Amino acid sequence: MRTIQFREAVAEAMSEEMRRDESIYLMGEEVAEYNGAYKASKGMLDEFGAKRVIDTPISELGFAGIGVGSAMNGNRPIIEFMTFNFALVGIDQIINNAAKMRQMSGGQINIPIVFRGPSASAGQLAATHSQAFENWYANCPGLKVVVPSNPYDAKGLLKSAIRDDDPVIFMESEQMYGDKGEVPEGEYSIPIGVADIKREGTDVTIVSFGKIIKEAYTAADELEKEGISCEIIDLRTVRPMDHDAILNSVKKTNRLVILEEAWPFGNVATEITYQVQSQAFDYLDAPIVKINTADTPAPYSPVLLAEWLPNHEDVIKAVKKVLYK
Amino acid sequence: MKKVTKEVYLKWYEDMLFWRKFEDKLAAVYIQQKVRGFLHLYNGQEAVLAGSLHAMDLSKDKMITAYRNHVQPIGMGVDPRKVMAELYGKATGTSQGLGGSMHIFAPENGFYGGHGIVGGQIPLGAGLAFADKFFNRDAVTLTYMGDGATRQGSLHETFNLAMLWKLPVVFIVENNGYAMGTSVERTANHTEIWKLGLGYEMPCGPVDGMNPVKVAEAVSEAVERARSGGGPTFLEMKTYRYRGHSMSDAQHYRTKEEVEEYKKIDPITQVLDIIKKEKYATDEEIAVIDQRVKDLVKECEKFAEDSPYPEKNVMYDVVYEQEDYPFLPHKL
Repeated sequence: MRTIQFREAVAEAMSEEMRRDESIYLMGEEVAEYNGAYKASKGMLDEFGAKRVIDTPISELGFAGIGVGSAMNGNRPIIEFMTFNFALVGIDQIINNAAKMRQMSGGQINIPIVFRGPSASAGQLAATHSQAFENWYANCPGLKVVVPSNPYDAKGLLKSAIRDDDPVIFMESEQMYGDKGEVPEGEYSIPIGVADIKREGTDVTIVSFGKIIKEAYTAADELEKEGISCEIIDLRTVRPMDHDAILNSVKKTNRLVILEEAWPFGNVATEITYQVQSQAFDYLDAPIVKINTADTPAPYSPVLLAEWLPNHEDVIKAVKKVLYK
Repeated sequence: MKKVTKEVYLKWYEDMLFWRKFEDKLAAVYIQQKVRGFLHLYNGQEAVLAGSLHAMDLSKDKMITAYRNHVQPIGMGVDPRKVMAELYGKATGTSQGLGGSMHIFAPENGFYGGHGIVGGQIPLGAGLAFADKFFNRDAVTLTYMGDGATRQGSLHETFNLAMLWKLPVVFIVENNGYAMGTSVERTANHTEIWKLGLGYEMPCGPVDGMNPVKVAEAVSEAVERARSGGGPTFLEMKTYRYRGHSMSDAQHYRTKEEVEEYKKIDPITQVLDIIKKEKYATDEEIAVIDQRVKDLVKECEKFAEDSPYPEKNVMYDVVYEQEDYPFLPHKL
């Protein structure tokens, strides 16, 4: 199978869907003439023209809102945020308008929109540019939150997100755009709301999503050398969450570690912990361990950032803890 | 502009009187606690709606506004009984009882809400217009806001984008003098709100918002400009609300005399004076209209009272277009 970059998978998904459906457009900062701040829309202006690949000024509130308004009236917009850190100035349009419109209108107006862009840390970008928002958006009914971790999933999930009739938050990472992976030439999509077992194992379940899942792969490789078998579940969708996939795995391994790049207070890992203790309490042979960032804004200095971020050593420690080793 | 004929005046009189009495009824049933939540009434501002509707092509043009939004959908053709039922929280309401006072929606009639966050609807209005332009529908969106909303960033980002992309939208601020209890003078170092358009080189100007003819003239010109590809216009309707910001407003920020001054230029009285002066209707004919309005308000109240409350499952059904969305349970 051919190998392509994550950014190419994103561009392919958008382009294929735009060829299929004339009501779709892509809008955001630098998406057209610059070919995307991270080249995730390379070539799209040339193919689709300025009517459907639209550069904006730096006005996240304005273009997020115009996107929602157009979705109320027949368009299926893809709104790109250069990063979700910048979406904060437009978050009212996402939470109060995109997420709630269908409910407030008694089911009359649905919003088929995708808000996409990178989320979470991406090197030494410090406090304002290193925030993970998956759990923020996942808290809000009306939204769906999708977080792929490799090019294959990114393409298949983004196609589903664009076809979805509800608003979807689609989160990427600056540090994943260059990642390469096998992606078939042919048409495929991946359903929203279905987790993927990235590695089968027997001793412990590790649940993760997004780019940080790579730390779990590294940890699992190390642990395998010590004879410890890890099952790694990639959520792929945070809302709605595939609880069955997690529960089935925990019922097999009886031990759970959750790895999530986010502040520790009330995050996705917290929600999983609640669900597992309430539905598989008798299956657990150890308390659940969650691994998150430090409970502080992201620091700049390389030493501090390394301390702040979860890494594979943290995962190894956590796995050994739930195994009482 | 479409001619303002005898029929138009008579329609304006009946419509505006109905809107006024509809709102009065809401105030009454609110005190009886049959309608709850916040209740923002339109009394005094009716000329803005009447004049605007005259300028619109209701077969394709759209309207979006903030939370002072009960009578606009009625003006656009929505059954007023359904609006009343929405305020009662009934299943027969425009949003099946999920939206309440601040969130009336009737997209089939071109009315896109009904929005609760001050200024949040401004980019939505531009977005509705964006889609109409995208699909070459030749339609115009009228986007309303209060004077308070003009101090939100959403207005400025949207003005810039709407001009940049020449969207077929008319922005209308209904300046009723007060953002809740804060007078316009206390929100900016200038009071001519229409001048905000100048910074974006957007055609703009002030309008006598108590006179439906003046409103119709200004909005017609703006709608024509938008429809012919000339882009947005920003109109400041100088108007006034007789009642408080919402029902819980004690109105210590203004005098009774000020309210009485505005009642002298009341839009319904102005229109009635013309009808009488021009002999468009006899006293008996006017009495028939008054009675019809009274009866319809009563019918709305009865319909709302008699309607059932929504089934509990509707709370889940309306959130996602996806039919089998797996909501988390919240009760044992």
